[in-house]
Amino acid sequence: MCDQTFLAITFGPCDSCSENRPLMNLYIKTEPINYCSLCMEIMACQGLASGETLKSLKAESETLRKKLEEERKKLHDVELEKVAEKAEALGELNMKTRRTLKGHGNKVLCMDWCKDKRRIVSSSQDGKVIVWDAFTTNKEHAVTMPTTWVMACAYAPSGCAIACGGLDNKCSVYPLSLDKDENLAAKKKSVAMHTNYLSGCTFTNSDMQILTSSGDGTSALWDVESGQLLQSFHGHSADVLTLDLAPSETGNTFVSGGSDKKANVWDLRSGQNVQSFDTHDSDINCVKYYPSGDAFASASDDSTCRLFDLRADREVSIYSKDSIMFGAASVDFSLSGRLLFAGYNDYTINVWDVLKGTRVAILFGHENRVSSLRVSPDGTAFCSGSWDNTLRIWA
Amino acid sequence: MAQTNSYSQSSNGVADESPNMLVYRKMEDVIAHMQDETNGIPVRTVKSFLSKIPSVFSGSDIVQWMIKNLNIDDQVEALHLGTLMAAHGYFFPISDHVLTLKDDGTFYRFQTPYFWPSNCWEPENTDYAVYLCKRTMQNKARLELADYEAESLARLQRAFARKWEFIFMQAEAQAKVDKKRDKIERKILDSQERAFWDVHRPVPGCVNTTEADIKKSSRMKQPHKTRKSVYGLQNDIRSHSPAHAPAPEVKEPTEEEMRHQIQHWQAQLDRHRLNMSKVAESLLSYTEQYVEYDPFFTSPETSNPWISDDITIWELETSKEPGQLRVKRWGFGINEVLKDPVGREQFLKFLESEFSSENLRFWLAVQEVKKRPIREVPTRVQEIWQEFLAPGAPSAINVDSKSYDKTTQNVKDPGRYAFEDAQEHIYKLMKSDSYSRFLRSTFYQELLQAKKKVNNWLRRPDVFILTTLTHSSLVHRYHTDSQQSGPSLPH
Repeated sequence: MCDQTFLAITFGPCDSCSENRPLMNLYIKTEPINYCSLCMEIMACQGLASGETLKSLKAESETLRKKLEEERKKLHDVELEKVAEKAEALGELNMKTRRTLKGHGNKVLCMDWCKDKRRIVSSSQDGKVIVWDAFTTNKEHAVTMPTTWVMACAYAPSGCAIACGGLDNKCSVYPLSLDKDENLAAKKKSVAMHTNYLSGCTFTNSDMQILTSSGDGTSALWDVESGQLLQSFHGHSADVLTLDLAPSETGNTFVSGGSDKKANVWDLRSGQNVQSFDTHDSDINCVKYYPSGDAFASASDDSTCRLFDLRADREVSIYSKDSIMFGAASVDFSLSGRLLFAGYNDYTINVWDVLKGTRVAILFGHENRVSSLRVSPDGTAFCSGSWDNTLRIWA
Repeated sequence: MAQTNSYSQSSNGVADESPNMLVYRKMEDVIAHMQDETNGIPVRTVKSFLSKIPSVFSGSDIVQWMIKNLNIDDQVEALHLGTLMAAHGYFFPISDHVLTLKDDGTFYRFQTPYFWPSNCWEPENTDYAVYLCKRTMQNKARLELADYEAESLARLQRAFARKWEFIFMQAEAQAKVDKKRDKIERKILDSQERAFWDVHRPVPGCVNTTEADIKKSSRMKQPHKTRKSVYGLQNDIRSHSPAHAPAPEVKEPTEEEMRHQIQHWQAQLDRHRLNMSKVAESLLSYTEQYVEYDPFFTSPETSNPWISDDITIWELETSKEPGQLRVKRWGFGINEVLKDPVGREQFLKFLESEFSSENLRFWLAVQEVKKRPIREVPTRVQEIWQEFLAPGAPSAINVDSKSYDKTTQNVKDPGRYAFEDAQEHIYKLMKSDSYSRFLRSTFYQELLQAKKKVNNWLRRPDVFILTTLTHSSLVHRYHTDSQQSGPSLPH
């Protein structure tokens, strides 16, 4: 007699085909299943097959991606810097701090200009949102949010409201009243609801709609009056850290950047990701459109800023230096698009010649990270907000 | 500007390379070069009075080395970068709690890699208490507590009142171990330990470089890497069992996600791309065209308000009369005239004088609809349909049949984009037809020239006083002209 070990096999109805057969007892992820041997084999094959399908899909995807890279490369017949050699060299730029706005009790995380070219809204880690007349440096309004780390704020195009949000996962709109004594918090309106922190918000060309980006990996368009979600944008595989609306009158697109190192261009109407750029080595902290709307710049934790052109469908320039080791937090263009102002985590602001790719100035002054930087609507100055609790206006 | 990025090539799948790590690695690379035997900073022992100061180099040594080896333009930049590296604790002044770099004979020492920030230190207050307590047990003048440290110690004593006996014992034990060390070694280790605490418990008023951006902090919390205990007080998670928190699982993409991804790549491949030479030319010509509007290059006509404190330029812009520069800009492209409210007004006025304003009014109305609250959209869409597209519409516009059919359908279930196709068609029409006529018209040309004439004439000093009155009457006339034919835009 052979020494054989017998499997204890039960006999009964198969979970799959319901036929009475000898069953094999298995546990799949702690769930017991009892299949007959035939169904067991079919399941194994299917498993293999779907594994195969997934594998072949992955391979197909990778092939297409490589092909896309090749196609993009083919049209790279010249470097931007080379063509830019014929552009006039920039003279000495004499930029200084013209105003310092003091009043926040903690890190300034975000700021935005009003269309009137002189007012600014800024938000801070301590939950305070302040509206300033930057020209006189007077504080005009202040709101205390019920949350700390207010990472996003925006001024409405009409100048009559502001939006802000952060760790509360919401974006709220506050109408600004002329009555200085009025309690702004009383009229607060919750518009956007995300499932993670709010990283960015902007009004789209009117007071009635807001576009938001969130740590939950999505961006969304909301109707302010009703709080209704008009469109959501899915595609980032990690936190969305920044967004910028295309400057065109006819355009319906915006670009977003995330912790997944990608910059995605979206169609507002369809919610589709229409273009994607994947060359950064770390989080993209800020994206800004070039004034013509044909390109955009990005600032990343890999300490570089880059220019991506939408028509060429590729990265066309990289702004970096070995001595710049800290991440870039925020960027914006001067009105003509010739200068790129970038604020870094090493407390400095570097000014780049967009066309020639060289650094034209380095601005010292802040005593901690520069978290936010925007050029004023008429291009006469730019404002930088910093973890040193202040904002500075440079011109 | 190509840059050899030797730091993060393996970024795919290396979840460890959080943004902070990237910076630490770069700084550590510099430190490694600084410590190079041949080309690094010369580290020496300096004789001072009755003792020796081991293992130091001067601030100027650092600055000189940086300028020579790091592609840095000037001393200011070197000092800034050096101060940052000191603030992160990679080297430190041996006689100061404040971590800055000075370009003089001040002595600095390198920090031991054990204390580097890349080891994800998060020391607890109990450790700090042990440290301060230990310091008070040592009879060296150089180890006397600074004011802020004494204050911290007092606070910690109150906070840990119940544990204090235990903390005291730990401090004693540490002090004992320290005493056994070689004198020179002790000097170095003491200073390095102090520098570590200067980073994690900085002097009040100094930047705490260990503060993290909350958006990134969730990724930086790597429990299997974080070190919390300097003196072995806490259950240092690292030294615990190897079965620590696993790295976050990378989710396998589903079949559907992969198909979607493939679709995306396909769509990208089908896209029409321009070659670089065309794109570069376009970028160049754009900046050239707008350089005279860029206040960073061309000073505004009156002055930059932020520099001169004179806000004339802003007042001029809000007035109804557009300056010559502004009118010129409308000629750059139809978007410029549509973007500027005064431009829109002038364009509309011109078209009305030619009885061809329906297109522009339609376009403006549709833009308006997209900006209204969603609640108002259905009504507005109906109004626009009636005014511009319905059979017998008072301001009938000409749209191609395809767009017309689509729009007819859309209007039945009106959304914000009901008129998208029609609007696109009308935009193209305006661009090629109405807009070019506008630019060629005497109306526009006069706007472009008229101000110029007046301005130049006014600038002559002999004419100035005489013309003050005339100028205001001209202005007045222009005002009334533009107020006459107030168009009623659908609101």
